[in-house]
Amino acid sequence: MSETTAAKKIDVHYLTRVEGHGNIVVEIDPAGVVQTCRWEVPEAPRFFEAMILGKRFDVIHQITSRICGICSIGHQLASLQATEEALGIRISRQTTLLRKLAIHGENLQSHYLHVGYLALPDYLGVGSVIPLASTHKKELTTLIGLRRLSNEFSQAICGRTTHPQRLCPGGFHKVPTLDELKALRKRLNDSLKALDAVVDLVASVAGAIPDFTRETEYVGLVHPGEYPLLWGQVGTSQDQSRPASEYLNLTNEYLVPQSTAKWSRNQAKSYMVGALARFNLNHGLLHPGAKKAADKLGLKAPCHNPYFITVAQLVECVHSTEDSVRILDELIKTGVRPEAPAPVRLQAGKGVGAVEVPRGILFHSYEYDDQGRICHADCVIPTNQNHANIQYDMAAITPLIKDEPAESIELKLSMLVRAYDPCISCSTHCLDLADRGVVWRKVD
Amino acid sequence: MAKPKIAFFDFAGCEGDQLQVANLEEKLLDVLAHVDVVNFREVMTERSDDYDIAFVEGSITRPEDEKRIKDIRAKAKLLVALGACATIGGINCIKNFMEDAQCREAVYGDKARWYPTYAARPVRAVVPVDLEIHGCPIDRAEFLRMVKELLSGKAPWLPDYPVCMECKQAGNICNYERGRACLGIITRAGCKAACVTEGAVCWGCRGLAPGANLDAARYVMEDLGGFSRREAQDLLRLFLGFSSAPL
Repeated sequence: MSETTAAKKIDVHYLTRVEGHGNIVVEIDPAGVVQTCRWEVPEAPRFFEAMILGKRFDVIHQITSRICGICSIGHQLASLQATEEALGIRISRQTTLLRKLAIHGENLQSHYLHVGYLALPDYLGVGSVIPLASTHKKELTTLIGLRRLSNEFSQAICGRTTHPQRLCPGGFHKVPTLDELKALRKRLNDSLKALDAVVDLVASVAGAIPDFTRETEYVGLVHPGEYPLLWGQVGTSQDQSRPASEYLNLTNEYLVPQSTAKWSRNQAKSYMVGALARFNLNHGLLHPGAKKAADKLGLKAPCHNPYFITVAQLVECVHSTEDSVRILDELIKTGVRPEAPAPVRLQAGKGVGAVEVPRGILFHSYEYDDQGRICHADCVIPTNQNHANIQYDMAAITPLIKDEPAESIELKLSMLVRAYDPCISCSTHCLDLADRGVVWRKVD
Repeated sequence: MAKPKIAFFDFAGCEGDQLQVANLEEKLLDVLAHVDVVNFREVMTERSDDYDIAFVEGSITRPEDEKRIKDIRAKAKLLVALGACATIGGINCIKNFMEDAQCREAVYGDKARWYPTYAARPVRAVVPVDLEIHGCPIDRAEFLRMVKELLSGKAPWLPDYPVCMECKQAGNICNYERGRACLGIITRAGCKAACVTEGAVCWGCRGLAPGANLDAARYVMEDLGGFSRREAQDLLRLFLGFSSAPL
């Protein structure tokens, strides 16, 4: 029983298999009391909100795209929405459908990367996806094939998988051809079978998902008619819905005593955004195949286990594939034609964009002067909204597993943070906690 | 012969270049047959400080970054800069034209003093770099070709002509004919004019082509194209902020 009496110190300096730099620090004293338990983010801040000040409306989405390589399409979409609202630009139905495809493509790209390459190795007991090339060749080949398709999907719609060049204020510079859309529809439809095999694979290891629940507030877009990613009201599980322009009353970024980190809270002491929050809010609007996948994976709403974020992402992969096929059917039926982007008349104005990107709801808020140049900007990133929730989850689970060997605690905490799929270089507000002596003590 | 050990590191950037490496999909498995990846935080847990080739993404923007990149340089036999933030400073250098305090205050308000930062710099401004793979993001095919050349002991090749050459080959209508300012005239080729082909303009993300004539570029933009000094400067400061272009 020496395990229960020995002091333990866990210091994961740079958690791996996440985007960006984050650290986990836990100290358990010889009496078994958790003395320290914290999630630190020492990523280099990049000052995007300042960088776009004074820049013209037609380059803003090109700059903000560079906030994140993985969700560059989502940043462009939220940025364009904010700009279009501020300048009163109306987009066509075709543009809306193509943008819905763009966000589906990116969710697929990002979710496959996280589920298959970053999270799955933990459940198969290896340190990375690389050894799976010899131990799980068939499954890995299936995953790589799906991920390649998702990249080619994004390329077909947006022109490139990362920092794409087709999207612009008012529409698209270039649209895919009808033949490209037909080919894409067939490949996506065919991929549902391969996706089913991945669902089976994840279902087969689902027993290893740690059993931990902590109810929190779930925040995401809501819409009466669809599982919304591109538009809708901002909904929460504990409060009334509101339009995106009211986002500041929801995100309530604040400073913690003895901490400099901006966190978010609404009704509960922290809230969660991302695939599981979306599932909890909108599961009834999933396509049938996605509902079936959720059943198979043992995911039932409301689910309060953060480790199931990864599972919810896989369910969303099925949904995004099904919904893309539906949208493509509509586009193929009506035909797709090159359209000049909607005209822009320069005017001073404010606009807020809210888009469900892979890791959760993303807000871009801009104010333009009458020359079409930005005079104020604010971006609220999903991972920032999740930081407080991650901290409270860590504080809740650590006392429950404190008697386990240090390696096991380290693995479970790493898997917990990894489940959130944090995208830390996105977090434009993130800062260095370690150097400020911020300590979470006596977690109860 | 032992396989070369390779490592990936990142500084201020979006990790979009490492993502392009992951996006090689099946081809990545072929590359892995010829190298040992010993450090790649974004995809693997195992890590080692014993490596031959270091791939570095991102710009140097803080005093602590400087120490870290020098340490990587000391350990690596070859240091490869990956993507615009690392090769030319890229988008991060936009803030170099703003007053430091203003820039920090715009993002962090009255807590600005907690966020140390200084002018963003490309890697080669801090330590010697052996090879630069350009682009925002890098081009997967070019990355593959250059890594192959590197592994087979050949000097990796980079185009020394501007994007306009490849843009003509791609059959695009010149952006200046369409009334848009474009940096293809001075930017190093190798991207097959990807952005212009997709309907946008060349932003200059691959850096200046060797011998780029900046006086002529300004003449084309301002006198022939009719763009204002500010419009030209805005474009030149987007990616080329660390070069002599955005005067």
